[in-house]
Amino acid sequence: MRPEDFEFLSRMLKRRSGLTLNPDKVYLLESRLTPLARRRGLDGIDALVAELRRTNSETLAREITDAMTTNESFFFRDRTPFDIFERQVLPMLRQRRAAGKRVRIWCAACSTGQEPYSLAMILKNQEAQWRGWSIEIIGTDIARPVLKKAEAGLYSQFEVQRGLPIQMLMKYFTQVGDQWQLAPEIRSMVKFKEFNLLESFAPLGHFDVIYCRNVLIYFDQPTKKEVLERMRKIMPSDGVLFLGAAETVLGITDAFRPVRGQRGMYLPADAEETVVAAAGGA
Amino acid sequence: MKSCLVVDDSKVIRRVARRILEEMNFEIREAADGKDALESCSEKMPDVVLLDWNMPVMDGLEFLKRVRALPNVRQPIVVFCTTENDMSHIRQAMEAGADEYIMKPFDREIIEAKFSQVGLM
Ligand SMILES: C[S@@+](CC[C@H](N)C(=O)[O-])C[C@H]1O[C@@H](n2cnc3c(N)ncnc32)[C@H](O)[C@@H]1O
Repeated sequence: MRPEDFEFLSRMLKRRSGLTLNPDKVYLLESRLTPLARRRGLDGIDALVAELRRTNSETLAREITDAMTTNESFFFRDRTPFDIFERQVLPMLRQRRAAGKRVRIWCAACSTGQEPYSLAMILKNQEAQWRGWSIEIIGTDIARPVLKKAEAGLYSQFEVQRGLPIQMLMKYFTQVGDQWQLAPEIRSMVKFKEFNLLESFAPLGHFDVIYCRNVLIYFDQPTKKEVLERMRKIMPSDGVLFLGAAETVLGITDAFRPVRGQRGMYLPADAEETVVAAAGGA
Repeated sequence: MKSCLVVDDSKVIRRVARRILEEMNFEIREAADGKDALESCSEKMPDVVLLDWNMPVMDGLEFLKRVRALPNVRQPIVVFCTTENDMSHIRQAMEAGADEYIMKPFDREIIEAKFSQVGLM
């Protein structure tokens, strides 16, 4: 691939999705965009870039951006962030939100939906304790194809065996051909929406819990910082943030602090000591 | 080191499972059917059994029922690993006392996920 084409594509990707590509990732562009070029009847990535330069097509730019996202996800990924949700976060919210009985949860880069659906299954398992509450789970992602799959709630045999306990499969899935579909009662607990993390969070409102896992790794340092600091502004000081296993706030922003002993969990830096204690980090 | 008894009538599958589990630091024994597996268990009870369903002589479900009926033994964790992939088989296995259920084909990732589910890692 020509250096000026790499430059052109990586600049576009950075601007559209925040994706930071170093020149050693040329192979990634080639392996992901060649199939896209072929589908459009072009014979490779050079022709694809030429087409993009010539037409300046928004649709094509978007397809390229989508194709360059990494969408891997699985149910109850890394387990701990979901155990903490069940054992610390939910009891804390039940107490601290008892007056308004309203909780809003955001999965900020939800890909094919396993993350918000894992939370929904945890909540469903303790449904009786939440009668009369309004609990919203919102899953957003920049890429349309993954959102479509998330909405359908259809997963392969491979996908339902990575992280999903067999009891949950028996309880909440039905077999459809060689796929497994989540029950409507779980699907209806999650709302999916297309949303780019580089844009203003204002239309989304405020959240008590944000899962922003395995997406910041693709951004450069200033973008990570900026996204995290905007997230801080849309949560109360007793809100909770979860990042992926390879991500942290340390060295990036002081808006949040890690919680000792609770891997992946972060609280606003100004959280009261009672909240920190309730979160398990006393 | 935890021990795992791999029960499958296919030598190829046993070999694949052995390779994955040895890398996960399990000590492996093998059995080719349920009866063979019961004998192995009576010699030394493994920590976990990776169990195929359809096998000659004695199938996996029968083996599971007999193991669960044994008095005064330290019961092993039992993870089914079979091509039977419909809900009624899964239910039957879980009702008979299985701890987890793998639908073939499997790979290292699935074995690791399921073993960590039942607290083995
Ligand atoms: C690896 S997945 C993470 C899925 C899930 N959170 C998890 O941890 O399993 C990363 C997702 O981030 C999405 N993404 C990348 N850039 C984004 C952006 N600027 N705004 C919103 N989503 C983005 C991708 O489309 C992809 O689905």
